[in-house]
Amino acid sequence: MITLTINGQEHELDVPDSMPLLWAIRDVVGMKGTKFGCGIAQCGACTVHLNGVAIRSCVTPVAAAKGEITTIEAMADDPVGHKVQQAWLDMGVAQCGYCQGGQIMNATALLKRTPAPQTQEIVDAMAGNLCRCGTYNRILAAIERAAGTQAVDPGDMDTRDMDKEEASS
Amino acid sequence: MSRSDDTLLLANVSRRGLLKGLVGGSALLLAARWDLALANEQAQFGAGAMPGGWVDNPNVFIQIDSDGLITIISNRAEMGQGIRTSLAMVAADELGANWDRVRAQQAEGDQDKYGNQNTDGSRSMRHWYEPMRRAAAAARLMLEQAAANQWDVPVHEVRAEIHKVVHPATGRELGFGELAEAARALDVPGRNDLVLKSDNELRFIGKESGLINGELKSAHPKAIDGEDIVTGKAIFGADIDLENTLYAVIARPPVYGAKVKSVDDSEALKVAGVKKVIRIKGASQPAAFNPLGGVAVVAFNTWAAMEGRRALKIEWDNTPAGDNADYTSDAYRESLEKAAQSPGKVIRQSGDVETALQNAEKRVSATYYMPHMAQATMEPPVAVVMIKNGKAEAWAPVQHPRAAREGIAGMLEMELDNVTLHQTLLGGGFGRKSKPDFVMEAALVAKEFEGQPIKLQWSREDDIHHAYFHAVSVDHLEAGLDAEGKATSWRHRTLSPSIASLFMPDPKHKGEFELGMGFNTMPFNIPAIRLENPPAPAHVRIGWFRSVYNLPHAWAIQSFAHEMAVAAGKDHRDYVLDLLGPARKIHNLTVGDGWNYGEDPDLHPIDIGRMRRVIERATAEAGWGRKTGKGRGLGLAFHNSFVSYTAIVFDVEVDDKGKLTIHRADIAFDCGPQANPERIRSQMEGSCVMGIGIALQSEVTFKDGVAQQDNFDSYLVPRMPDAPKVVRVHLIDNPNDAMGGVGEPGLPPVAPALCNAIYAATGKRIRRLPVGNQLS
Repeated sequence: MITLTINGQEHELDVPDSMPLLWAIRDVVGMKGTKFGCGIAQCGACTVHLNGVAIRSCVTPVAAAKGEITTIEAMADDPVGHKVQQAWLDMGVAQCGYCQGGQIMNATALLKRTPAPQTQEIVDAMAGNLCRCGTYNRILAAIERAAGTQAVDPGDMDTRDMDKEEASS
Repeated sequence: MSRSDDTLLLANVSRRGLLKGLVGGSALLLAARWDLALANEQAQFGAGAMPGGWVDNPNVFIQIDSDGLITIISNRAEMGQGIRTSLAMVAADELGANWDRVRAQQAEGDQDKYGNQNTDGSRSMRHWYEPMRRAAAAARLMLEQAAANQWDVPVHEVRAEIHKVVHPATGRELGFGELAEAARALDVPGRNDLVLKSDNELRFIGKESGLINGELKSAHPKAIDGEDIVTGKAIFGADIDLENTLYAVIARPPVYGAKVKSVDDSEALKVAGVKKVIRIKGASQPAAFNPLGGVAVVAFNTWAAMEGRRALKIEWDNTPAGDNADYTSDAYRESLEKAAQSPGKVIRQSGDVETALQNAEKRVSATYYMPHMAQATMEPPVAVVMIKNGKAEAWAPVQHPRAAREGIAGMLEMELDNVTLHQTLLGGGFGRKSKPDFVMEAALVAKEFEGQPIKLQWSREDDIHHAYFHAVSVDHLEAGLDAEGKATSWRHRTLSPSIASLFMPDPKHKGEFELGMGFNTMPFNIPAIRLENPPAPAHVRIGWFRSVYNLPHAWAIQSFAHEMAVAAGKDHRDYVLDLLGPARKIHNLTVGDGWNYGEDPDLHPIDIGRMRRVIERATAEAGWGRKTGKGRGLGLAFHNSFVSYTAIVFDVEVDDKGKLTIHRADIAFDCGPQANPERIRSQMEGSCVMGIGIALQSEVTFKDGVAQQDNFDSYLVPRMPDAPKVVRVHLIDNPNDAMGGVGEPGLPPVAPALCNAIYAATGKRIRRLPVGNQLS
């Protein structure tokens, strides 16, 4: 038996140690917000937090998932997560929405680590999360909105960091 | 509603419709058919010509609870285009509903009740805008009548306001919810009795809101599924959770048409959680939408099923696959390039191209290549099916519920009425999920487990290995220019395997619906034109990929027009405006296009004025002609497809090491009247990013019939760093033309515009996609 602590609740699971956390969460615990996209940590749809750090649950064996696991289902109750979700809604980010749970989990982890990231930091941090609908420009704008770091022209990446530097100087 | 079966074409065909078409003569699908269309003046177009047609009965689509909650039934698949929001918005606006009290519910797969449900071809809004407005206007009239009856006053004395009906003379009012039951009992008014709201009474339709070119101008009406998506509650295909579900994956033949020779499942059955291994019957070629066959591993969770599959030892028999087992991409490309040197089947001809080419002052010639691609929706194909007491019940993310039901019914020899389909949200569609093969696979497995739900999950590797691939293509063009650089002749040979090869003995030539995607509809005003289609055989399943054959046609034509401008020493924009000639409307039949996306050419001709306008707008917004400095340049391309018009200008920079930076994209788009501009913008932005992937990264190659890419580590699609730093969408205000498509027409000009920009920045001409490492 393996015990997983997901969103503050303990779950006893009878699964092999090698089962990726993704499938334990989805098929065994039955929480469906965490998505399968690639199975090899290339797309980020399965992103959850392990002790506050964004991880790819599709390649994390349950045996290695020791500590607090947090999923998209808990983000509404997380102050930063909630702010990110609201920014997503304000900016009309989602198209099909399949990847967006993972995007929000990754963005929330970023903002907890770096509350006011530079544009390039966001782009680098989000590079592991695929969106086939191509919502990247809106994801970026939403993260900046949640962080409160929007430049004068939030659509213009060229001038954003420049504006921020000016604002801070 | 009557409709002509003659207008059923492969691109929007149900299996039943297709069979009729084939019985009627395969030439229907292949030859230019405009003479037939001319002969059949009664042929209908648009929504009325689709299987199932349209329905505008308010009782089918609009449900009002006694507490005033309004449910709009969505008969189209939600796959990211926002149709559940946009259709509900159209109905809510016409009805006068408070948007906070509106929700959407997905229709069951039932074409007889809900009209056509095939969410494909960028048709949802252009075919359903008017029926939804009529349905809502009828509902509003019924609510007014119910109030008038209750107050015993003439109906003209009352009027509907937002979520209520008022009687101004006495100040009385009743909420929609209070009136709902009485209204439902009334007869539905006739279409001629309906009065639609005037534009100045509308609150949502055509109104800009939300994020506009980087600035949040105003809040947008909430997206129907927005809250569920950001909280993880939205239900996609794999999220269906039924008791006693078994999980299955299938090992499919790596080569199209191959079969299982032998299987050793002893190790697979030892994997903890594996329940059973079964052989799945595959269809013979052509496979249509039928399963490919193979070996299914059924387990108590997805992971066990995948581990079990890994442990299978399967020997495949490639004999039935024939020469598909020899299919190798490089050799195939070379064979098409060779075939492109010889004349092919003539598709369109005017003037004497050969003489004009010989007499030309200057000749320009180029060959362009676009590879196979997989749609690679973020949600891999998945379906849940349960079979019990001779009935099948399916839950699946499908674009075309009718095709899924017919597929299961046909395969398991059931009555169609005994197959039900519940449509979930789609985690992307892009054409992949209009093919129900994965639902049929789930049904084949479920047949072995009476009364138990089977969740059939595709891995990403399955998805890339067994896509219905975007057709590989070679396009060879040659043009003659006079001393002033003006084009005197244009010869274009296009070669791609046809989607028709899925359904019939390989025709090796493109069908009318494929040629009509920007090939025979080529808009340039050149005295001598000859369009040819030499043969190209299919060796894999070829299918619909967002915007389909518009992709290679626009890629080749728009790249070549730029090459001609360069050869002529002219500015690209000025040159193409001259090639297009003055604003005018070209009737599709005059260029041999009897298809026109199923739309009436009188309403949707090839409109050169609209084409010019998007070019002028995009170039003006991009600052065309400005100095860009070394290593930086602007590139333009444009294309009309799905009866809409798009032009794009990219501003790119390439450094000494060949690293590309996309500074900005300016997209001008004209789809005629706009239902929900906020989602039109998002479709243009998304198309731009997907198109960048087509240009730079995405390619599936084959070796001995086997796909060489497996997952997102080798089949590359755009990531955030690949997106343009700025995307600007410029919607053309054009309420007067007929409504056009939105989901697909943004895509075709992206790759040529980007490659033209790369040329402007570097002088390096890209003729083979993807760009990959060609810049370094």
